[in-house]
Amino acid sequence: MAGMALNSETSDTRKRASSLINDPKVRGIFYQVLTLALLVLFVWTVTQNTINNLQKANIASGFGFLQGRAGFDIGQSLIAYTSDSTYGRALLVGILNTLQVAVLGIITASIIGFIVGIARLSQNWLIAKLAQVYVEFFRNIPPLLVILFWYKGVIAVLPQARESLNLPFQSYLNNRGLFVPKPIFGDGVWAIAVAFLIGIVATVFVARWAKKRQRLTGKPFHTVWTGLALIIGLPILTFMALGAPITFDFPVAGRFNLTGGSVLGPEFISLYLALSFYTASFIAEIVRSGIKAVPKGQTEAANALGLRSNAITRLIILPQALRIIIPPLTSQYLNLTKNSSLAVACGFADIYAIGGTMLNQTGQAVEIVALFLVIYLSISITTAIFMNWFNAKMALVER
Amino acid sequence: MKKTILSAAIGAAALGLASAASAATLDDVKAKGVVTCGVSAGIPGFSNPDDKGEWTGIDVDYCRGIAAAVFGDPTKAKFVALSSKDRFPALQSGEVDVLTRNTTWTISRDTSLGFNFRTVNYYDGQGFIVKKSLNVKSALELSGAAVCVQTGTTTELNLADYFKSNNLQYNPVVFEKEADATTAYDSGRCDVYTTDQSGLYAIRLKMKNPDENMVLPEVISKEPLGPAVRQGDDKWFDIVSWVHYAMVNAEELGITSKNVDEMKTSGGPDVKRMLGSEEGSKIGTDLGLTNDWAYNIVKLVGNYGEVFDRTVGPNTPLKIERGLNALWTKGGLQYAPPIR
Ligand SMILES: N[C@@H](CCC(=O)N[C@@H](CS)C(=O)NCC(=O)O)C(=O)O
Repeated sequence: MAGMALNSETSDTRKRASSLINDPKVRGIFYQVLTLALLVLFVWTVTQNTINNLQKANIASGFGFLQGRAGFDIGQSLIAYTSDSTYGRALLVGILNTLQVAVLGIITASIIGFIVGIARLSQNWLIAKLAQVYVEFFRNIPPLLVILFWYKGVIAVLPQARESLNLPFQSYLNNRGLFVPKPIFGDGVWAIAVAFLIGIVATVFVARWAKKRQRLTGKPFHTVWTGLALIIGLPILTFMALGAPITFDFPVAGRFNLTGGSVLGPEFISLYLALSFYTASFIAEIVRSGIKAVPKGQTEAANALGLRSNAITRLIILPQALRIIIPPLTSQYLNLTKNSSLAVACGFADIYAIGGTMLNQTGQAVEIVALFLVIYLSISITTAIFMNWFNAKMALVER
Repeated sequence: MKKTILSAAIGAAALGLASAASAATLDDVKAKGVVTCGVSAGIPGFSNPDDKGEWTGIDVDYCRGIAAAVFGDPTKAKFVALSSKDRFPALQSGEVDVLTRNTTWTISRDTSLGFNFRTVNYYDGQGFIVKKSLNVKSALELSGAAVCVQTGTTTELNLADYFKSNNLQYNPVVFEKEADATTAYDSGRCDVYTTDQSGLYAIRLKMKNPDENMVLPEVISKEPLGPAVRQGDDKWFDIVSWVHYAMVNAEELGITSKNVDEMKTSGGPDVKRMLGSEEGSKIGTDLGLTNDWAYNIVKLVGNYGEVFDRTVGPNTPLKIERGLNALWTKGGLQYAPPIR
């Protein structure tokens, strides 16, 4: 008896155990825990090994070096920086330079991309073909070549420093860059900025009001023109009321080159143009396919309702196309940002170029590669979050 | 550039994944059958592929000297072209066994970067090159100039110091690749190009119109150029160092690649000791090599003077005088400890 009971007990536990193994839920959890444990183990081993190897190789480590004196100069900086500044500040200069070229590049690439994308669908054969040639040309060469093409082109074609081209408003262009007068702000300039902000806020309110009125009464309102008048007009009025408190520092010829004024160097210009033109070719294709994807019936229905073709594009086609366009657009924006790390080729001081210099001077490879990862990741994630927000706003809202 | 990010990442990954580059470099080198040297991508006279694709130059010959000492065969040297910026991660990660790449010996490279320096195969200093048409006679007239410079060098640091201490303004235009920096200077993007004087003479040869450019008289820094190895491998460090000392001692003793066979039997005791023909000598084996190590270097590569004359000397396109690099007995700084 006792033997039998014992027997049935073991078979019972065995059954329970085997059912545990076969239970997909339990198994799922088991594999997840296992994967996580292996991952943790992997990361831990790599970290330990790195620390060990660094110690063995007598390479100093840690992030303390960021407080040290950089000792090198940087050609392009949006903030005050000298060779006496810290490595940390040098890094900041690089981050700002990367952001500058990425943001301006994204804006320009979007504008060119939308124009070319729409042009590809034009009824006009020449325009459509030109747009196609543009796309095929820029889409099929590596971005590095596009950058070098612009850079070598810019410094080879533009005149030498002593034979600068004179442009309007006492601006000059030569192979050292574009020299423009630099505004020097006098007292009360903040009022102009405030007027500008008021203009923007007022425009938002006007737009809301106009939309509501149109929905209720059907009467359209020239929001765009009113907005422009507010945003540009208000600051100009303030400027005049204050008695024009802005003076200019004009570029003048020096021993080697023009001095004074503000300068946009050929390094920045060529990187910015290259990234914009390159990415625009991809954006154009996205825009084209987005527009193509809106069913024909939509246009026909709008026609039947008596909308003009301009209004059809603006109110019916584009809003629907945007929903298709935005998600792939995000990856193009991310690509542009990442491609900006090719800046070293043309001597632009982006985060990657400056980080590389620091890496060489301090030997802190692990730390700096980690910083690269964190910085690029943050920029990319911020872009993605913004685009997701924008996408959600553009998505079909059911009324 | 992608390559740099890659090599930096590989460097970092190598530090993370692999066990540290082995402390026994000599064993690794012997197992591989070649010694891998990091060199400049193209500095005539220092390391530059000739029209047949053969590497030539004083740094290249240093590497061949190491191969001759280790294998008795100077062709067992492999060259990896590295930009100024890539060279240190490449050495740290073990991609190369030694840097023979016009690298300045500085305290931070010797300590915090984890390298060891001992010999100087070329005493140099930093200078400036300008277009003659600018009518500049001295570096002190350069305020306001645009200066092309290569990143990851002592050059860019000296430049900042020099202009700062002389209260001069300048606009740095910084490149990662020497070729890009040279082209930018050559096409008028910069008024001045700065690097080691030897580099200036080398780079001038690559310009469209070399004669329209002149090197300014100022030498603004000390640039002792020599090989670097990783810390923690004294044996390998000794071998790399004594290759240079053997070449310098050979020149001092009048041993050349032509007469070395003769000298080996007929030379005085110091010559015989060095060339390994002294009865019962253990000098070579104590170094971890064979007793004919120095004989092989001189026979197969040459003494220091021969290498200098062949690569950068007055009869080469670079036309560099021995100057600081003459033997100490002739008023220069090349001085090697005795082999005994
Ligand atoms: N001696 C300096 C500068 C060495 C250096 O990298 N010089 C440049 C300019 S002459 C060079 O060799 N470039 C060649 C290359 O990057 O391939 C140092 O060690 O930092």
